[in-house]
Amino acid sequence: MDKPKVVKYDKPECVEDYPCGAVKAGHLVQNNAAWRVFRPVIDQDTCVGCLRCFLVCPDGAIDKSGEKLEIDYNFCKGCGICAHECKVGAIKMVREGAEKDAG
Amino acid sequence: MPGKRIFVSGDEAVAEAVRLTKPNVISAYPITPQTVAVERISDFVEDGSLKAEYIHVESEHSAMSAALGAAAVGARAFTATSSQGLLYMAEVLPYVSGARFPIVMMNANRTLATPWALLSDHRDSLSQLDSGWIQVYCESAQETLDMVIQAYRIAEDQAVMAPMMVNLDGFILTHTYEMVDLPGQKEVDEFLPAYDTGNKMDLEDPRAVCYAAMNEYMEFHMKQEFDMRNAPSVIAGVDKAFGEKFGRYYSGMVEQYRCDDADVVLVALGSVCGTTRAVVDAMREEGQKVGLVKLRFMRPFPREEIMEIAGRVKAMGVLDKDISVGYEGIVFTNINSSVCDLSTPPPRINFIGGLGGRNISKEDIRHMFNQLFAIAKGEKQEKIQFINVGCDYNG
Repeated sequence: MDKPKVVKYDKPECVEDYPCGAVKAGHLVQNNAAWRVFRPVIDQDTCVGCLRCFLVCPDGAIDKSGEKLEIDYNFCKGCGICAHECKVGAIKMVREGAEKDAG
Repeated sequence: MPGKRIFVSGDEAVAEAVRLTKPNVISAYPITPQTVAVERISDFVEDGSLKAEYIHVESEHSAMSAALGAAAVGARAFTATSSQGLLYMAEVLPYVSGARFPIVMMNANRTLATPWALLSDHRDSLSQLDSGWIQVYCESAQETLDMVIQAYRIAEDQAVMAPMMVNLDGFILTHTYEMVDLPGQKEVDEFLPAYDTGNKMDLEDPRAVCYAAMNEYMEFHMKQEFDMRNAPSVIAGVDKAFGEKFGRYYSGMVEQYRCDDADVVLVALGSVCGTTRAVVDAMREEGQKVGLVKLRFMRPFPREEIMEIAGRVKAMGVLDKDISVGYEGIVFTNINSSVCDLSTPPPRINFIGGLGGRNISKEDIRHMFNQLFAIAKGEKQEKIQFINVGCDYNG
């Protein structure tokens, strides 16, 4: 699964144009991560690229298309499953705003 | 199979109608307050005369959830309930209507606990008026059978796409027997085409159902409301097509019985309309201009018809087999909301009777008409009057 993409959404101009029931699947029309308390941070030096986090992420928010695994924070809800499942301890959960507070 | 005359209970009439409409999935929870309708349907599935998936579930909440799941893959689904069972599935009702799944459900109108009373009144279904379901109330087993067949055609109409609850009075209709005309399968197949919808999950063309729409929830529900406003004309069209095919017409949203020149009319739902017709006939014989307004559909509500009738009578009574405790009868509230738009509304009385299955006799109905004649002459009357009460009360 590729990480979710936000697609352009053509909002109907008129109520009558709204769908009656089912809509085409796979449309993410807005970023969706507003309630995250902790963010997972990957230590790239420790990561062995096993893709376990990629497989378990319930939101498909981990991108493996590049050389390194990256987390799309626009979709990561901060559930922490990736950090829990990582066998080499490469993912740490950091409280949102903690870096700023520390600074 | 050609049509024939059969002697059946209201439950069995529903089961026969369901077999004719060929649903793909039936979900049912068979314990009290369920009726034998689903037992008869299970017999049909077992003997192969109805080729459907019969899902035995563990509660009414699950019965409606299973029907929703079936509808979500494009199946024609049926379930049945009654009383507390309807309330237990209440959470799922707006899921179904909002997702625009045209499920048809039989509801045997029976009272709500407590006290536990089992017998028929309308408190169960009227508590679910706001669930987004079409609601029809039937007077006889024949009408119920016919409305189950009509229900799929109404609900599945592209201009409507709303679930429909077919209500019949518990015991009075479900457990009594009458001769009914059973249509032939070929004629029903011609009247009711197979269900074909784009509103379903599809592996070839992935679609989302029961999705979240935080920002556009309001527009989706406006669309639902606007489509429901199409239902009265679809109901009228289906009534006409059914009548042409099977010879039985039901007058669409409202049936007016001897209302043309009536001075006073009584509005009622369901089986009590049968008794009321007899009283209307008897009083007409005596020269008293009375009429029955049989309110067939509570949702959508026939605002225009009610306004038109109220605009030409001297008094209007509303017989509620229910009460919204703390206010008045639920049908009365709905009637008043239409009638109040008239510049000079007729005086109105809310008769509350039949709670928990209390009998409403011909004498009771005659009494209601007499009260209406009195208020039409300017006599002061209580706005809410209880019918056939077993002891004195001070209110």
